[in-house]
Amino acid sequence: MKLRSLHRTATLEFYFPDYSSKLDLPFYDVGISAGFPSPADDFIELTIDLNKEFIKNKDSTFFAKVKGHSMKDAGIYDGDLLIIDKSLEPQNNKIAICQIDGEFTVKRIRIEKDIVWLIAENEDYAPIRVSPENEFMIWGIVTNAIKTF
Amino acid sequence: MFALVDCNNFYASCQRVFEPHLRNQPIVILSNNDGCVIARSNEAKALGVPMGAPAFEYQKLFEEKKIFVYSSNYALYGDMSSRVMNILSTYTPEMEVYSIDEAFLKFKGFELFDLEALGLDMQRKVTKGTGIPVSVGIAPTKALAKVANKIAKKFPERTKSVYSIDSEEKRIKALKWTKIEDVWGIGRKHAQRLRLKNVFNAYQFTQLSDEWVRKEMAVVGLRLKQELEGRPTLDLEVPKNKKMIATTRSFEKMYNRIEDISERVSTFTASCSEKLRKQQSHCNMIMVFVQTNYFRKDQPQYSRNIIINTDFPTNSTIDLNYYAQIGLKAIFKEGYQYKKAGVIVMGITPNNETQLSLFSSSNPKHQPLMSVIDKMNRGYGKNKIKFGTQCLDRQWKMKQERLSKCYTTKIKEVIHIQL
Repeated sequence: MKLRSLHRTATLEFYFPDYSSKLDLPFYDVGISAGFPSPADDFIELTIDLNKEFIKNKDSTFFAKVKGHSMKDAGIYDGDLLIIDKSLEPQNNKIAICQIDGEFTVKRIRIEKDIVWLIAENEDYAPIRVSPENEFMIWGIVTNAIKTF
Repeated sequence: MFALVDCNNFYASCQRVFEPHLRNQPIVILSNNDGCVIARSNEAKALGVPMGAPAFEYQKLFEEKKIFVYSSNYALYGDMSSRVMNILSTYTPEMEVYSIDEAFLKFKGFELFDLEALGLDMQRKVTKGTGIPVSVGIAPTKALAKVANKIAKKFPERTKSVYSIDSEEKRIKALKWTKIEDVWGIGRKHAQRLRLKNVFNAYQFTQLSDEWVRKEMAVVGLRLKQELEGRPTLDLEVPKNKKMIATTRSFEKMYNRIEDISERVSTFTASCSEKLRKQQSHCNMIMVFVQTNYFRKDQPQYSRNIIINTDFPTNSTIDLNYYAQIGLKAIFKEGYQYKKAGVIVMGITPNNETQLSLFSSSNPKHQPLMSVIDKMNRGYGKNKIKFGTQCLDRQWKMKQERLSKCYTTKIKEVIHIQL
């Protein structure tokens, strides 16, 4: 979790509050005097919010379902759900959703001078060389894959 | 300074984000029930499909020219719109969402900023982050921002889709370029009148005397003139409650029995009442209308509406349906093939300002009942709880033969990618 610092003093640090997603906090009613206080009271942490962990730019995040096996060595299998951030800049070696000649595909991108290679993570598939004749666009960068067992 | 940010061919662009094969292809989007064309890509415009074209009349052209036809998918458009608006809202604290695909941004106190650079940044961020291309027009007034936006949209290469009217010279040039009928707020009738007075472009309009404009076009016209002169008179508007709420639909097929139409009218009434409650208002008038099929000239034509004053302000579906059914019985005539009906509620006042009646009032049990129904329909899906007068089977499903998937709002319908 990234916190945005607001102000820092010698003893205290302040942060901007972040209300971007709903967080259900555990509710502890300690009561006033009856019984023993719970020994866990001092150790209450926030619950884990997956939206916050995996979605950094909510307005440019999209999901896609995978069909096929060409990325199996990268750990992307048939049926996985991909989390895609469209706002991220394409970088060498990132896994990207690309549009090539009117079709979607997912590949690792290698950017060389004037050439882009789309590299499958499966030895049965040859790398694809993107040439100026291809209608090509990098649609978004894959940040995570969700698997269901 | 104001910026107007407008999505280019918004509905068609939404489809394109998720269907790469649509790039550079003609696309049209049909209205609810697949009635007529409500949005076109540039390619479809070039092929001569007019706005509002009835789908059945143009079916042949669609096929011949290989035009991609879609039913409107408001779940998708709504989600994409809120993404665009959210990104835009990070640029200024003052923003007015003007419609599903355009927003005014106000830049007050931004004198030290290069607004054109800011415009280029938002153009790039929205287009990249959502896949929806936008154009940005920047100017000292809202009306001029509209003009600047048109220029940005018309000349995307030269302007990089961002145009700023920031000098007197640019303002005059832009106004001379803008045809009078294309000026924001000038309707067809006014444009016709102005052309008779030899006013063909926006610049000529600003040369008219204030007195003439005020006399012929009232204070609204005068404000527009001042806006075009670069004097801000319109500020951002805060969303107001609606003055009228309407639900009207064409039927899938024609009906001649009052029972069938009565069911439709109750469903439309339920929808209007729900919207009234959502904006925390009551109404004191309800209008019902019925229509035969205008396109079937071979059949006898009939259309009629009626307005009924309710005895007290209400937003209860039960009350309003009571009046709606009285209205329908009064206007329904045997022997016609009906194609369309609608319900419109008017005389809307906020809940806390309703005028109570001395002799009658809404049953106090209705309010809690309605709020439970609304809550359950929100939680479990639209129309899970209906009234007995509404049909209970699925006979009335909206015609959406060419509906695309809800790529962004249903997990089962996200894009599938073949690796």
